[in-house]
Amino acid sequence: MKKIIHISTPLSDATIKKLRAGNNVRISGIVYTARDAAHKKLTELLEKKTQLPFDLNGQLIYYVGPTPAKPGQVTGSAGPTTSSRMNKFAPLLLSFGLKGMIGKGEMDSGVTEALKKYCGVYFTATGGAAALIAHCITKMELLAYPELGPEAIYRLTVEDFPCFVAQDCYGGNIYMNRIKYQI
Amino acid sequence: MSGKIKTTRREIPIAKIIQAVKNICITSNYHLDDRVIQALKRGLNKEESPIGKDILKQIIKNARIADQGVFPLCQDTGMAVFFVEIGQNVCIPDGNLYDAIIEGVRRGYREGYLRNSIVLDPLRRHNSGDNTPPIIWSEVVPGETLKITMAPKGGGSENMSQIAMLKPGDGAEGIKKFVLDWISSVGGNPCPPIIVGIGIGGNFEKSAWLSKKAILRPLGISHTDPFWAEFEQDLLNQINALGIGPQGLGGRLTALAVHIETYPCHIASLPVAVNLQCHAARHKSILL
Repeated sequence: MKKIIHISTPLSDATIKKLRAGNNVRISGIVYTARDAAHKKLTELLEKKTQLPFDLNGQLIYYVGPTPAKPGQVTGSAGPTTSSRMNKFAPLLLSFGLKGMIGKGEMDSGVTEALKKYCGVYFTATGGAAALIAHCITKMELLAYPELGPEAIYRLTVEDFPCFVAQDCYGGNIYMNRIKYQI
Repeated sequence: MSGKIKTTRREIPIAKIIQAVKNICITSNYHLDDRVIQALKRGLNKEESPIGKDILKQIIKNARIADQGVFPLCQDTGMAVFFVEIGQNVCIPDGNLYDAIIEGVRRGYREGYLRNSIVLDPLRRHNSGDNTPPIIWSEVVPGETLKITMAPKGGGSENMSQIAMLKPGDGAEGIKKFVLDWISSVGGNPCPPIIVGIGIGGNFEKSAWLSKKAILRPLGISHTDPFWAEFEQDLLNQINALGIGPQGLGGRLTALAVHIETYPCHIASLPVAVNLQCHAARHKSILL
């Protein structure tokens, strides 16, 4: 296994330009949760030119809907959901300053182009490693849309969140690796 | 009717069913079956991709953490899917079986701190707030017992299902091509290593039902018919030759198993349905 790269949010263009698809990274700092329903709301706000619940500049969105925290816990289980459902939303958010996303599974060519154009990065975490990832979350604050239940937006503080760079700002794509293992 | 047939009627009270359903909702979401863990460990030994190995180690470690009963295996604790086998001599004297299952889900998801993942209307999308309703399939079988199997089925892998009404002339090669093309196209989305459930025959809806039933078969058990057992093994080898690997990041281990269930079908038809199960292959049965 190649060496592990430690990065912190907010992400600068300089940091993003050093990352290549396949890099093993640990992310620390603030990340914002949002999945389908929250993306629909964020997109509507941007279209109406209204302020968002948080400033997108330099930030990372984590595609996740955690299980409820038990008494005394920071969070419940919190693994990534399928990113391709956010293909239609991600380019717009990137154009407004978002620097990247964490999820699972390949994102489409529209996202690839947006990552190149706006200098962004897409990370994949391990789908189903939700209990493991929960241990990396040190703080969780409800930020917006409590009525969405698990789909609400939370501000998470994470420490050494394990990810791989899936799609980088140069068009590099980890999902092309499968060609190497085809028989 | 003349002659006497001895029948024994057995009563199962509602409270017992609610309690059982609640328990399997919770245990299935925290404790991964040992057969799955062993299959993942065998896969880890064979995996050649360094990233694939790292992912498999994370998945095995995750199962160990979840087994302590504090964090569910996956944040997607699923839509609760039930297969219920009702012995024809069973009597439920004090209520409705379906209501009891729904109440068991409500209590299990609340007391187990499991996620509420159900919206009441597919377009207006208000969360039901208690993960109900579940999906319940019931069959009447001989006997005087009630067997309840529960699978918390995640949306990520369920979304990667597909069905095809093939032509009889498409044959075995047509089935394999359909399955391989589909699995290749969905790549890492269903959270590989996956279990591939395939329903072949019946009609449109029967094949889909069979494909779901297929993923509930315990790992390590092949189809009872040697013809189909060989078909399963052959397809498994071809799927693992695709190179998709753990989480789609490249590697040898794309699927842990292929499970096929079949049913007779019309002379004009060859229905084939594929239902994919992520590596968090959760299901529990209870016999009352």
